[in-house]
Amino acid sequence: MTRALFIIGVLCLALPAYAQHETASDIEDGSRVFRQSCANCHGPDGNEIPGIDLGRGIFKTAKTDDDLIRIIQKGLPGTPMPPTNMSDEQAKRVVAYLRSTAATKTTATTVGDAARGKALFEGKGKCASCHRVNGVGSRLGPDLTRIGQLRRSVELERSLLDPAVEVLPAGRFYRVVTKDGATVTGRLLNIDTFTVQMIDTKEQLRSFSKANLKESGFIPSPMPSYKGTFNPQELADVVSYLVSLKGRVN
Amino acid sequence: MTQRKGRLKAAPTVAILIAVVAAAASLNAQVTFDRILRADREPHNWLSYSGTPFNQRYSPLTQITTANVKNLELQWVWQARSLEKFEATPLVVDGVLYTVQAPNDVVAMDAETGRPFWTTTYAPAPEARTCCGRVNRGLAILGDTLYMGTIDAHLVALDAKTGEILWKKEVASAKERYSITMSPVIVKDKVLIGTAGGDMPTRGQVAAFDAKTGKELWRFFTIPGPGEPGNDTWSGDSWKTGGAAVWNAGAYDPETNLVFFGTGNPQPDWDGRSRLGDNLYSDSVIALDADTGKLKWYYQFTPHDELDYDATQVPLLADIQFRGKPRKVMLWANRNGLMYVLDRVTGEFLHGKAYVKVNWADGFDAKGRPQRVPGMVPTKAGTVIRPHVHGATNWQPPSFSPRTGLFYVAHFENSSTVAVEGEFPRANGINPRQTTMGQINLQNFLNNEDEAYGVVRGYDPSTLEPKWEYKMADITWAGVLSTAGDVVFSGGKEGYFVALDARNGALLWKAALGGQVNAGPMSYSVNGKQYVTIAAGNSLFAFALRGDAK
Repeated sequence: MTRALFIIGVLCLALPAYAQHETASDIEDGSRVFRQSCANCHGPDGNEIPGIDLGRGIFKTAKTDDDLIRIIQKGLPGTPMPPTNMSDEQAKRVVAYLRSTAATKTTATTVGDAARGKALFEGKGKCASCHRVNGVGSRLGPDLTRIGQLRRSVELERSLLDPAVEVLPAGRFYRVVTKDGATVTGRLLNIDTFTVQMIDTKEQLRSFSKANLKESGFIPSPMPSYKGTFNPQELADVVSYLVSLKGRVN
Repeated sequence: MTQRKGRLKAAPTVAILIAVVAAAASLNAQVTFDRILRADREPHNWLSYSGTPFNQRYSPLTQITTANVKNLELQWVWQARSLEKFEATPLVVDGVLYTVQAPNDVVAMDAETGRPFWTTTYAPAPEARTCCGRVNRGLAILGDTLYMGTIDAHLVALDAKTGEILWKKEVASAKERYSITMSPVIVKDKVLIGTAGGDMPTRGQVAAFDAKTGKELWRFFTIPGPGEPGNDTWSGDSWKTGGAAVWNAGAYDPETNLVFFGTGNPQPDWDGRSRLGDNLYSDSVIALDADTGKLKWYYQFTPHDELDYDATQVPLLADIQFRGKPRKVMLWANRNGLMYVLDRVTGEFLHGKAYVKVNWADGFDAKGRPQRVPGMVPTKAGTVIRPHVHGATNWQPPSFSPRTGLFYVAHFENSSTVAVEGEFPRANGINPRQTTMGQINLQNFLNNEDEAYGVVRGYDPSTLEPKWEYKMADITWAGVLSTAGDVVFSGGKEGYFVALDARNGALLWKAALGGQVNAGPMSYSVNGKQYVTIAAGNSLFAFALRGDAK
């Protein structure tokens, strides 16, 4: 632990040149790239390869941000870490994201049981009425089949307790009222100056011309807080289940 | 506490409501096999590669007619994020258009505006290799599931609502040079797909998979193994790597439960000395029992081919009057320059003739075997052979209109190749670029008519005589669509999308799309408006009548 803190300290000292240019949007970009390109092997928390915990600044060989950027771009010959075609800017943003995660806790507080969590997900939590896992459940909310690859346990716990704190772009809800008075709500898929596309509560892909709408706009996510529904152990069980969802199981 | 009670009370109601509406919606959206078979009953949709399992690429929609087609106007363009040729024909299901961004990204978009609902990116394995472009010709749909073959030889199933990948199965090994570029074929509860790769040392095959689970149900090898009839048409061990790939859409006839596929060239392509014999079932059409994959009949178009004359055209089934009697036939304009009418129940050869200048064959024997012209083979000095190695036509889908009774084909005329023993065929004439492959961008065209030109022709299927011709300067890799408005749509390498009179070929309308047309047109309607789409360059274009036009 002491050594880890020391490494983090060294890294932080070594990185001011990039730090002064980081913005929240850089970090969000870095997070997106991390989820798409790195989380498959390193896991959403960055700690699934023994001896490496990217989210806490624990690396095998890297000492500086420049080292990290070089490794991201060129890979590590002789190891499974492959080269990527990331630009300098993209790689810098991934590093900025990793440093930002070191400042937050990376695990849920209580140890959970994934099997119990699955039962809670499908039963008491009624999560499948909006979410889909392995082809079962509603398509209205974001599909959770790979959520354990994409989100850290701390983020999943936060989404269960305070879902409004962070809604990923692909999980935003929208409402339109057509000129003939029909109201349609659903998860937003795309929006432009003239049109809106969403998947509605009937799981239909819908497209609207704004010229035919009386009203349109974002609405809060229908995701409820489970603060009072799940006790701490149940919450940990559900988080464990979600973390275990790494992709399609046939 | 109050909050908790309130939420607990509300949650089941919401859940029930969502469950009820979800079930209803899902029922509405199911594309059953019966809907695919009878797609003519819902002309606003386009449910398979060429519209119906008969592959007639005929739209029963009537809003666009010969009288008003001049008023077509661009409605939207969708630009693919791809530098590959755009060969896919979209599907349209109840206002949602699905297509493939080459090589293997699947896109769902609003068919009225071209705006995207979702895009699913599929990264093929690095070892994926194709002979002629990292392309895809389209999807299939059954229920709520889309199916795509990939250039790393997998079959992928996706949720049509969300694009989520439900399963993927390796059909053959990409490391062993297999790939898939064709649109899958749905038969009942099965997805049928074949493998490309016939220009490499591979052995062609078609396999059927359970549409729900991806479990393999049967597999047919297009080259018979030892002990099977036809294996003796390959000398030595040449059967093991003899090609005969299946890389274009198949057809299905529910009356006989037969599914039909064209097969590709024998391999090595241009040198038959290591594979003496007829090389069955290369360059053939094979008729398989759709339940078992057993071969029911075959017809070989080009026995012992040494000019890469893949018979991988789209089989087109039609019921026509043939010599005074109704006949269930298969119409086939082949890459080898010959056009055929076959009995699709028995495989009997009914009629055949050259539809372009052909010098390697001169007629047929009583059983329909082409009579080779002596000397028209690859030689050390080189032999000029017609048509070109890329053919008279190639993979581009043809059309048949039940209204006009004509068979519409876009093809090359006057094309030729210099066939050299043991070598890739050379171009003939002073312009080495003649009749080259399709590309994305426009190119300056410098050939004369003797070196090849492109045509769309309307053929009488009972005589195989052309009734009309629309002539282009450059050749064409475009498919053809005919409609109940008696309009034929096609295009070519020059980048024009053209509308022709289905009865006489007169040019009624054209649009310059700025890129080569390497796909087949299709038509659908949403909210009472008929659209016609065509891919050109790396974009998909949708046209409809101007708002005030009738």
